[in-house]
Order: sequence, then C-alpha cells, then structure tokens
Amino acid sequence: MRARSKTLTLCLMLSALLAGCSVEPWVKPYERDNLADPIMSFDRDPVSTAYIHHVYEAREGARGATGSAGGGCGCN
Amino acid sequence: MQLMRAESSRSRLKSLLLVVAALVVATPASAGVLPEDRADVLFHSYDGGGVTIQGPSLLMRKQFAGKFSASANYYVDKVSSASIDVVTTASPYEEERTQYSVGLDYLHDRWTMSMGLTQSEENDYTAETFSFGISQDLFGDLTTVSLGYSLGDDTVARRGDPLFADVVERQQYRVGLSQILTKKLLLGLSFETITDEGFLNNPYRSVRYVDTTTPQGYSYQPEVYPRTRTSDAGALRLRYYLPYRAAIHGEYRSYHDTWDIKADTYELGYTHPLDGGWIIEAKLRFYSQNNADFYSDLFPYVNAQNFLARDKELSAFASQTLRLGMTYDILRGGWHFVDKGSVSVFYDRIAFQYDDFRDLTGSGAVPGQEPLYSFEANVFQFFVSFWF
Repeated sequence: MRARSKTLTLCLMLSALLAGCSVEPWVKPYERDNLADPIMSFDRDPVSTAYIHHVYEAREGARGATGSAGGGCGCN
Repeated sequence: MQLMRAESSRSRLKSLLLVVAALVVATPASAGVLPEDRADVLFHSYDGGGVTIQGPSLLMRKQFAGKFSASANYYVDKVSSASIDVVTTASPYEEERTQYSVGLDYLHDRWTMSMGLTQSEENDYTAETFSFGISQDLFGDLTTVSLGYSLGDDTVARRGDPLFADVVERQQYRVGLSQILTKKLLLGLSFETITDEGFLNNPYRSVRYVDTTTPQGYSYQPEVYPRTRTSDAGALRLRYYLPYRAAIHGEYRSYHDTWDIKADTYELGYTHPLDGGWIIEAKLRFYSQNNADFYSDLFPYVNAQNFLARDKELSAFASQTLRLGMTYDILRGGWHFVDKGSVSVFYDRIAFQYDDFRDLTGSGAVPGQEPLYSFEANVFQFFVSFWF
C-alpha cells in the first residue's frame, strides 16, 4: 500500500511539474465548440447523478470512482 | 494492528498533501471556471424487491465575490421496507433519512479548492462527512487534475436496544483526470480508495445455518463482519461528439476490496438533442460482482466461522439497467432573474439476479435448494432546473 502511494505521488508530482513546461494545446480554444455543448458534459445534472449513485451504492458491493465526492450514505 | 492502520492513514494523508503542494507550485496555463449558478428541485422514487423509497432533493449553487461558489443540498429518503430480508427474518418497517450538505468552492487563477460538509440522520444511524478537494487546469485547459479527501464519522444504533451503540470512521482518497483528446473526444479517469473502520454490518440482519432440530431445517444467528474494510476502484470514461449534434459515452469501472469482492461495471449511453428544446437519452449499464469471502447463503452449523454474512449485497450477483431520459428546455427567453430552465424525467429499470442468495418465502424446499432470488426495480426521477 505504501509503495502504491509513493508511486501515485511521484506520477502526480511529475504531471504537475510538467505544467511548468510550455505545451502547445493541440485542440485550440476556438476549436472546442463541440466539447462545450452541454450534451458533452460528464455530469450534466449533478442533483440527478448524486441520486443514482446513491441508489447503486446502497444495492451493490462496489463503491467509489464515480467522479463525485460522495458522503455519509448510511447504506449498511 | 491499530497502530499500523493509523500509520497507514498518516502515510496516505502525507502523500496527498505532497501532491497538493506539487500542484499548487506548478506553473499553470490558463484560468479555471466556477460551476454555474443553478437551482434544482428533484423528486425521486425507487420501487423494487418490496422496498419503496421516495423523497425530494433540492440543490442550489450560487457564485459570489467573483471567486466563490456556495452550494446547499437537502435530501430525503422516505423508506417503506418489506424486502426479502425483512419478510423472512423480521417485520416490515418505515423510516426516514434526511441529509443536509453545504459546500464552498474557491477559484484562484487556474486552481479550484473545494470543501463540503454532509450530515445524514435517521432514527438508528447518523453520518457526518467532511470533504476537501483541489483541482487544477493544465496544458492550455486540455487537462484537469483533481484530488480529494473525505473523512466520515458515523454512529450506529439499534431500535429497541438502548444499550447498543457503535461507530464507523470512513476515509476516502480520490484522484481524477479529465482530458481533451481531440476536438470531439473527452477522457475521464477516476481512482478512489476508501477505508472503513468500525461496526460495518447491519445490526438487524441474520445469517442462517443448518439446524436439523427445527421443522424448516435451519436457524438464524446475527451477522458478524470484520471491523475494517479497504476498497480500491478505478474508472475510465469516454465521451464522443458524433458527426451530427449528438453524443455517445462509454464507461468501465473495476473494483476490489479486502473482503475479496471484485466487481466490474460497464456503461454505454447515447444523448440526442431534438428541435424545439428537447434532449432525449438512453443508457445501458451492466454490473457484476463475486461474493465476499465470509458470505454464505447457508452455513453448515452455528458459529461456522469467525465472520458471517448473508447480505445479498455481498453475494455474487449481476444487474442490468436500462435508462430512458427526456429533458425539455423552458423559459428560453428568461424570466425575471432566471436566465433559462428545464424539466427532466428519467426512468431506470434495474434487474438483479443473485447467484447464491436463495428465496426463502416459499415452503417445502430442502434447505440450500430453494429457488435463487431475483427482482426488478423501477426508478423514477422528475426534476426542474433553473439557471440564473
């Protein structure tokens, strides 16, 4: 577990430090009109997403990595 | 053992703080944005397996002072349960769970800091969770990296037993990445580790074991779970803008934990706007898991092992979901301080098939040879949203 944490830390620090390099965006801001369309959002309606995650969390053994913060479920 | 766990938690927190520090000092590439000002009023309804759960969820989010966004959520589950567990070992019951959440986001240049508090209450369970997160846009806004940590304290009680009280401490560690791959393709990656410590089983649920001295051939004893659980989950999401105005998305999530549960989730969806302000969507979701290593539908004798579970959520099962959804834009020209609004209806039909959880509601079957349990659930959401 400790080795995994260290690896994760190193990877993310490397990613963060790479931000210091000048990277030319390969998709320019003016080319992102399709990506800005609401239908491309990973979470278009947060109130609905939180609810359906709660439904699944209460009825499945698996949990986490849903992309949202979660909270006290009281699901047991 | 306790010291080792405490040391492990400190080590994880230290790693997280190091990463946060690294992100803060990195040279950013452009400015981030705060979430939209928005209010949602949702009514939800779940009906399946003898359980009905309904209630409202109200969510409001508002920016202020140019750098902050505050959010508040009020959520209720009104439960009426005559589930398979309840009808075979207890009496149907009704209860209500109320949850309050508040959150605050702070935007500074290219990074956003978030914190939140959630409190959940029902007559035999209270939960409080504090969350902290940080995210940063990198590489000309092509990449967003996010990190999060939550600490939860739950208190477990048991109705009719004033002497019973126990606690659960929950810690969650999240890492996320959102990446623009092409002009039409988005990638999302999420990883989350959750550690629980405390009373993790349901204080009312029992396991059954073979008992030839009873007419039905089995008896019940209370469940006993380990007091610790650690899980790791990783998910990959892709969203693609089609040659016409519509989007498809796919998702895969892999899960495993120290109770030896492994699970896979696959999702595929399609979103299609129509003329006149309509958006329709459809989604398929497939989920499967194996059982926890201390689960059994029928133990061979009383106290057969140190940990005992007969919770169907810890058994081997599969489920399939079909979602159909529809959203209609309203107030497109604005109204007073409201810029626009929408009305949405979502319907999910979820089918569950259990591989080693048996239906004991019939009679006459040999213990361990009763029919396997399955059920279907209907989940409705109706909500109205306003942007201002």
